[in-house]
Amino acid sequence: MLAFAIRRLIEAAFVMLTVALLSFVLFRFVGDPINQIVSQDASLEERIRLREDLGLNDPIPVQFGRFVWKAMNLDFGVSYQVKQPVITILMDRFPATLELAFAAALFAIAIGIPMGVYTGIHRHSMLSKWFLSISLIGISLPTFLIGILLIYVFAVKLGWLPSYGRGETVKIGFWKTGLLTWSGLKALILPAITLGLFQMTLITRLVRSEMLEVLRTDYIKFARARGLSNRAVYFGHALKNTLVPVVTIIGLQVGAIIAFAIITETVFQWPGMGLLFIKSVQTADIPVMSAYLLLVAFMFVVINFIVDLLYVAIDPRIRLAGSGAGH
Amino acid sequence: MTGPVLSVRNLRVEFPTRHGTLRAVDDISFDIAAGEVLGVVGESGAGKSMTGTAVIGLLEPPGRIAGGEVRLKGQRIDNLAGEALRRIRGRRIGMVFQDPLTSLNPLYRVGEQIIETMRTHLPMSEAQARRRAIELLSEVGIQGASDRLDSYPHQFSGGMRQRVVLALALCAEPELIVADEPTTALDVSIQAQIIQLIKRLCRERGTAVMLITHDMGVIAETADRVAVMYAGRIAEIGQVADVVQRPSHPYTKGLMGSIPTLEGSETRLVQIPGSMPRLTAIPQGCAFNPRCPQAFARCFLEQPAAVFVGRSEVACWLASATPVQGTP
Repeated sequence: MLAFAIRRLIEAAFVMLTVALLSFVLFRFVGDPINQIVSQDASLEERIRLREDLGLNDPIPVQFGRFVWKAMNLDFGVSYQVKQPVITILMDRFPATLELAFAAALFAIAIGIPMGVYTGIHRHSMLSKWFLSISLIGISLPTFLIGILLIYVFAVKLGWLPSYGRGETVKIGFWKTGLLTWSGLKALILPAITLGLFQMTLITRLVRSEMLEVLRTDYIKFARARGLSNRAVYFGHALKNTLVPVVTIIGLQVGAIIAFAIITETVFQWPGMGLLFIKSVQTADIPVMSAYLLLVAFMFVVINFIVDLLYVAIDPRIRLAGSGAGH
Repeated sequence: MTGPVLSVRNLRVEFPTRHGTLRAVDDISFDIAAGEVLGVVGESGAGKSMTGTAVIGLLEPPGRIAGGEVRLKGQRIDNLAGEALRRIRGRRIGMVFQDPLTSLNPLYRVGEQIIETMRTHLPMSEAQARRRAIELLSEVGIQGASDRLDSYPHQFSGGMRQRVVLALALCAEPELIVADEPTTALDVSIQAQIIQLIKRLCRERGTAVMLITHDMGVIAETADRVAVMYAGRIAEIGQVADVVQRPSHPYTKGLMGSIPTLEGSETRLVQIPGSMPRLTAIPQGCAFNPRCPQAFARCFLEQPAAVFVGRSEVACWLASATPVQGTP
């Protein structure tokens, strides 16, 4: 178990190094950073001195080493646009995105799994057909359209929920949370549904097809023959056997949620990292972009690591097969 | 002597399909007494598994019991609704399936599965159930039971897993075990062990056993009585010795003739020509008539009812022609 975790950690470190290399290359090849920093009429000496100060004359591997070292100390340089340390800007935005992604994932899982189980068990019921039709809509409509539709109905027509922003936030340490105020929670509902709807339908359909598969197995028949209650059969024996693929997909989808947050954040003017990223692309703010890249990659790696550990927790057979090349 | 543990009367199982209703089990009657092993043999599709599934109330819709009755110690159980039936399954009727590799849930320790089953049916504490589970595992011949309790199914071999399945079937002390091809998926050397185990455990407990198999060898070794099924009906039912040594029904004769013997004086084994009719195309009269070497006019017109021949009951017009010594 420990060896398994350590091996996964080493793999994760390699992934992060690779992403760091890409991020570093981004710095080097999108124009000369000196040009981005100094004013147009800076003298040649000034430029040379700055170049020396920034260490841009050192060999590339040394520079990369320094980049990685700094990144590990959360030093991503200074934003070209805002002239503030990138980490400060990111940390300002990070809670907003994470809370949104968390709420969206929670929505997707809390609705998606029960719907999947229900439609898997009651294959022919009217309600199942309804659920599946609704999920078809969720899968086929693009995120921005769902967002705009929701705004139209719940913000414009009914006026129940705000159409943009985060509402009031409370600061706990560096973390600005919208979860503790009424207006913050209200502002979270529409974006979270918009962002989570696709994932919810995906989870519903996945859980459903896995349930159908598992309910056909002999051990479910045997569990029935042992006289276990329906609840024990469905939730104890069947659902747990569907979880390995479901956890995989949820893990990957949490990453996708963070990535798709860019669209949702734009539609709802949610002050998160996605919105920040769009703006930094528009202004070629490379330090912000590269730090965003690293942060998103880091979250993917962390989620994948958690998923791997969850596999082991769910399926005892993986403990023995742990020496394999992975999933 | 009290009444039989299991009593099945005129049981019919039907599957409504688009092309009409298929009758998978047709008018079957048999009894099993306490401690007795009834073997049910037949080719694939003869309706033997379907009979077992109907007895334990696990027919998959649209399959349903269309007629007749099933009684367990005199109590009628074929018409019970879901919850009442669930209380009987595992508690009063245990079941063993064919493939031990897939019968156990791979994600739970075998102990958890045994304890779960016991505690579903019996008022037991976790600790009591655990102690009982260890005893049970040792009884079915698993060494180091107290450690093995916490192993997962994949850590057992096929034969060992079938022992665990047997422990699961027996854990609530049922009155009847329905064993559906319990040895078919196992190595021949393991088969004999499992058969002996089933026989010993049920004899000790006085559990009735319905042993479904297509293997006459297993029947000869284990069963007290045997029911030979053909196309959803019982062709012949009687004491194993009678049926094996003095078969009356032409189908049973053919079946016995097709078993190789060690003496092997004959050059060729007898084989029954043709194959069992599909449920959609069961011929009029006796279902065996197209393959029967002795069929005569009446066999093509009327279905034979079971009559006694010696101690066996046989559903054949030839048997009816011979002097009848009793009525079913």
